[in-house]
Formats: sequence, C-alpha cells, structure tokens
Amino acid sequence: MKNKLLPIFITLIFVIIFIFFYKGLQNTNIYTPEAKINHKIPSFNSDLFYEDKTVNSLDLFKLDKFYLLNIWSSWCVPCKQEHPLLMNLSKNKKIELIGMNYKDVKINAKIFLTEIGNPYKKIIFDKNGVNAIEWGAYGVPESFLIKDGMIIKRYIGPLDKKLLKEIESLIK
Amino acid sequence: MFYSIVGHYSLILGLCVSLILVYFSVKNFQNSKILNTKILSFTFLQFFLVVVSFLCLVTSFALSDFSNETVFNNSHTTKPFFYKIAGTWGNHEGSLLLWLLVLTFFIFIFILKTKDQPIKYKILTLIFQQIIIIGFFLFLIETSNPFNYLYPAPEEGLGLNPILQDPALAIHPPILYLGYVGSSIIFSSALAATSLNLVSKKWASHIKRWVLISWFFLTLGILLGSIWAYYELGWGGFWFWDPVENVSLMPWLALTALLHCILVLQKKQVLTSWVIILSISTFTLSMCGTFLVRSGILNSVHTFANDPERGLFILVFLFSLIFISLFIFFFFHKTNQNNLSSFHWLSKETSIILNNWFMMYFLSVVLIGTVYPIFLDVLSSQKISVGPPFYHKLIIPFLIPFILVMAIGPKLKWIKSNIEDKANMILLFVISIITSFLIVKNFDLDFLLNTILISSAFYLFFVTFRDFFIKKYKNISQNISHFGFSLLILSILFNNLFSSEIITNLRVGEIFENSKTKIIFESISQKKEKNYKSIIAEFKIENSEGINENLTPELRIYNKPNIVTSEADIKTTLISDKFIVINIVQNQDYFNVRYQVKPFMLWIWLSVLLISFGGLISFFKKEYEK
Repeated sequence: MKNKLLPIFITLIFVIIFIFFYKGLQNTNIYTPEAKINHKIPSFNSDLFYEDKTVNSLDLFKLDKFYLLNIWSSWCVPCKQEHPLLMNLSKNKKIELIGMNYKDVKINAKIFLTEIGNPYKKIIFDKNGVNAIEWGAYGVPESFLIKDGMIIKRYIGPLDKKLLKEIESLIK
Repeated sequence: MFYSIVGHYSLILGLCVSLILVYFSVKNFQNSKILNTKILSFTFLQFFLVVVSFLCLVTSFALSDFSNETVFNNSHTTKPFFYKIAGTWGNHEGSLLLWLLVLTFFIFIFILKTKDQPIKYKILTLIFQQIIIIGFFLFLIETSNPFNYLYPAPEEGLGLNPILQDPALAIHPPILYLGYVGSSIIFSSALAATSLNLVSKKWASHIKRWVLISWFFLTLGILLGSIWAYYELGWGGFWFWDPVENVSLMPWLALTALLHCILVLQKKQVLTSWVIILSISTFTLSMCGTFLVRSGILNSVHTFANDPERGLFILVFLFSLIFISLFIFFFFHKTNQNNLSSFHWLSKETSIILNNWFMMYFLSVVLIGTVYPIFLDVLSSQKISVGPPFYHKLIIPFLIPFILVMAIGPKLKWIKSNIEDKANMILLFVISIITSFLIVKNFDLDFLLNTILISSAFYLFFVTFRDFFIKKYKNISQNISHFGFSLLILSILFNNLFSSEIITNLRVGEIFENSKTKIIFESISQKKEKNYKSIIAEFKIENSEGINENLTPELRIYNKPNIVTSEADIKTTLISDKFIVINIVQNQDYFNVRYQVKPFMLWIWLSVLLISFGGLISFFKKEYEK
C-alpha cells in the first residue's frame, strides 16, 4: 500500500459519520428551543399574502398583545406536523398568530391552508426569504413569541404538545 | 397461534442454518471440493425455512389471527382480502421478513447459477452474504419479531393505514426489495472477488447480470412508489424529494454508475476501483436507507415504526459492514497499472467516467440534502428541512451537460475514436435547438435555461431515435434506455412547464368558469363499502373546444383507523391527465375543488418503463449468447 494515510483518513471520516448518526438517534424528535429573551423585533416592510399591499412590522405587532410569528412553507413536512397545534392555539383569544410564508409558491401555500385550515390572523408573504433573514431565522418551521415588540421566546423546529403548553402558560 | 409458533421457530432454525453454513465454510475453506454440493442444499434449506416463516405470517394475516401482535396492529377483519395479504409487508416487521426472504432466495439462486467461477469465490461470497443474513435474522428476532403473540387474543385489529391500501403500493415493496437485495449479492461477490484478486473481465461478465436484474427491479420499484404518490397522496406530483424517496434514489444512482463501469470492465481491465467502490456503496446506501427510514431519525410523510433501539441495531450493523468492506478494499485490492491516464480523451471510457462523475455529483446532492438536517441537528440543535428548491437548483444545470454526454458517448468507440457522421450529429443539434426555441417562444416561457434544457433533451431524443433505424448500430438495450431517459426528461419538463391548475370552493350545483374551462359540480352521492364510507362527487368539465368530461372524485372515510382520504379522479389520455380532487372545508357545505391539467403524465411512467425495459433486454441478451 503506497499511501497509508488514505485508509486511516477514510476510516476516520466514517467513524465521525457514525458518531453523528448515533447522536442523531439519541435526540430523535427532541427539540431544544433556543431562547433569545428581550430581543427587540426587527423593523421591516413586507408583502401580505392575501391582500395586495405592504405592511410595516410596527403596524403588525401592536403593543398590548401576545403574538406568535410562525414561519412555514407548504413544502416543509414538519410544518404540516405542527399545524394542528397551531389550529388549536388560534382558538386562544389572548394570542394572535402571524404566519410568514417562506420561499413558497403562493398556489401551493393556499392549497395547504384550505386543506388543513388557516390559523393565522395575517400572513406575510416572504417569497425570497428576505424577511426571515431579518428575523435571523434558521429555517422552517420556526416560531417567535412576541409581547410589547419584544421577542420573549424562540422555537426552532416544529412545536409539540409540550411546547404548546409552555406557550399557553406564558401568555396567561 | 399455531402459525405464529411455527413461523417463529422456523426463523430460529434458519438462523442456525446460517451459523452452520458459516462455520463449515470457514473450516473447510481450503479443501473446498466437498463443500460444493453441501452449500447448495443448505442454502436451499435456509430459503425453505424462511419461506415457511413468511407463509405463516401471510396465513396469520389471511385468517385475521389477532393473537399475533403484528396482525393485530396492522389488520382488520373488514379489510378486503387482497389488502390483508398485502398488509403482510405493509408494516415494519413483515417488510423485514420479506427482506430476509429475498436475501435467502437470491443467495440460493446465486449458488445454483454460478457454475463457471472458482469454488473459493463462491464460498467466500456465501460467507459475506451469510453475515448480512445473520444480521437480519438477529434484527428480526431481537427487535422486531413478527410473531409476538398477545394473550388474550383481541377480538379486532387496529387496521391498516388507508393510504397504504392501494394496488401500486401492495407490489411496490416486494419489487423494490428485489432491487435492494440484489445489490447485496453484488456487494458480497465484489468483496469476495476483491479478497481473491479476481476482479477481471470474466468476473465482470458474470456479475453484470446481477447488476442488471437489481437495476431493473430497483427502477421498477421506484416507479411504482412514484405512481402511488401520484394517485394516492393527491398532491398532483410524482416526486416530492421526500427523504424516503431519496433513499431509494441514492442506490439507484450508484447502481446506474456501476452498470456503466461494469461494461468497461467487461471489455478492458480498467476501472476496477470504481467497480468495487460502487458495488460496496450501492448496498451500503440501501442499508443506510433502511436505517434512515426505520429508525425515525428523519421526519417524513412516510409514517413508519419509530424506535431508537431498532435504529441503533441497524446503525451498528451498517457500519460494521462499511468497516469490513473498507478493510478488504484497502488491504486486498491491487490497483492495476493501465489506469485512467492511458485513455484517449475522446473515447467510450472517458464518456463513461464522465457519466460516473455526474452520477456521483447527483448522488452527493441527494445524500447531503437528506442527511444534512441530521448533522445540523446534532451540531447545533437546529431543525431544518431541505425542500425541492435545493435539489432543483443544484441538479437542473448539471443535467444539461449530462444529457449531452449521454447522447454523444455511446457513439464513441473504445480506446480512441473520432465521432462518425459528424454532419448528421450537428444537423440534429441544430434541429433540436430550433425546435426548443420555437416551443419556448410560442409559449412565452422563461427564456435561457428552458431553451438550453429542452434542446439538450431533444438532442438526446433525436439522436437515440435515429439510432433505432441504423442497422449497423447493435446495442439495442442501451438505445432503448437512453431513448427512454430523453423521453423522461422531456415529459418532466413539459409537465412542469405546461401544467395548469384551478383551485376554488364550490357547493353542489355551482359552476366555476374562466376563459378556458368550465367546472360544473353536478351532484353528490354516498356509498357504503366494507371498510369505508365514501362521498362521491360528480363534476362535468367543459373546455373551450367544447369537449366534455365527467370526473368523479371521492372522499373516503375509513372506519379502522378513522381517517379521511381524498381519492383523486384522474382521466388519463396520451397527451395529458385531467386530475380532480376534493376536500372537505371544515363546518361548511362547500367543497374545496382542485382541478389540474397535467400534460404528458402517462409519458413519465412509460419512459421509466422503457428505461427499465432496456435493462431487461440486456439481461436476456446475455442469456442467448451463452
């Protein structure tokens, strides 16, 4: 064997892959939310999904209420998973859900909503993903809990029942 | 109860046969003459035992024997008989038993049919294959035994997920497994041939048939899965880049590259490293797919068993196989001297190597898109999902040179060549550019990328089509497959570009109308079937040319488990599919109606059939020559 380093190197790569998979297996479906408390929401202008107009973030999030900004997309499978929970949450009078439709085709998004329901008061249409960048979002789905123009809590990945309970207790 | 016991014990006996086989093969490896007949009868015995076990499970399903836990979880007395049988492999335990069945069947056929190869090679292949088989036996018996029994036996089962009750899906797993497991034979024999330094022209022509047959079944299996998604999931697409779809595509890409490499190896003693690595990766990718799907590490629309313990078992098993093969590759494989540098730049070999690199590129894109979310999750606890835009952006631009190589490559000769009848090739190229230019211009499409893409696809189409009429040109199987591929790309392109869609909410009796189409919601009726109730809507579609069409989409409300599914009604013609699907709008008497016209759908299926048919012809052609 001319080159002894190559086998060792490749074996090492596979060992690392193994470790990744092993770790991945351990935290299957456990989503660890990352909190960014008391962070001010970014100010931005964006298009609305249903109406043909632009809104400013300050008009969207009033000061006296709780809001949940949920970034979603019709091509995102976990979004579909968390959707029933959002539908549930939308019945709660204390909180308003704002959707941000991320890098989506409008028609597909509309189908998505008519098929499994629309929990959102308003939807921002973020075709190029620019707004999501302003929020510092990692991807879809992602949710921000907002009060008085501040981000109280941030949830990366789909919400589950536990996190929903947490949100419900936070807004009491 | 009786069947469960028989099934369980014949599984254990099957495992014992494996151990005996390995023990005797290793012990008598040197004087292998005595083994020759014995291994045949033992592999047959093993196959027989697994068949018994499998039939026991089928019988338990057929008789709705709910003392069997697997039957209880996945069946119901009111289910149609066909789906009771198909339900055997519609679940985790049963599908693994099917894996095992095909594994033992293939090694039996391999031992039976391989006559002109050295006996040591046969035995070594058997040993490697038995290692895989033992792994599956242990996995099945330890973590997912299909014969666990329940006492007292429940009166009624939980039922099979309705979206799995579909004819295409009933035969999809067995066909796909034939492909996956076929690749295990390639894996074992590649390892055996490497250890004995047998990777040669002779070995290539021997293993080529296994490559072809696995490739044929894998292609067909993927096609069936895609057809199922189109008809049953009701989203009107045929490929969603879902992780589960991706894991079946990855071995296919590797296997396709392998198929082409084998052709070179058959003619010249080159590309041996490619062949070995591709043989190994095809099977490890299939196993990796099994791991990703079965462990629940990925989020996917395919709701399969979600059990970390199972995942861990497959993971350890998978990586043991990877490390064994790495060890064998690095310590036994001797690279030969006349390697790539001796190729002329314009030769068949070069074009096949180019093809390999393209395949590897597509493979890496799909692989990264599928596993990157897992890695990111481990590193930083972020959950993301990779969607179609990622794959489209990365794959489509590279399709263009790929298709061009595919058109020109087969024209080249081995070693060194000039392209023959250049004039015709250039003429065809010009024709394809003009054709696509006209199409793009006429339909007002996004300009540059479409023109190039369509013209390259047309180019391949014209070139391969013309080859059917050239007598001198012999390789009919290759020609059919490449022609099929050009057809596939064209149909997908036109399907994407010219699909139209109407979404609206309608009540019974209402009419939707736009400039081209009129949708009339005529009536609604109810029907009661054995295991579901259905609401059938009748629509009449009139288009601007005055052609009427009646479509009757359905909503099915299954009782066990309680799930509502939408059955699309699809009218298929040669030119386009008319696709209509309805959904309930919550608490209202409106129905959400989605009507789509999808051109060339039928051609997508037909062209994939053509591609796989080419492989089948090649398989039988070899038979005649012998």
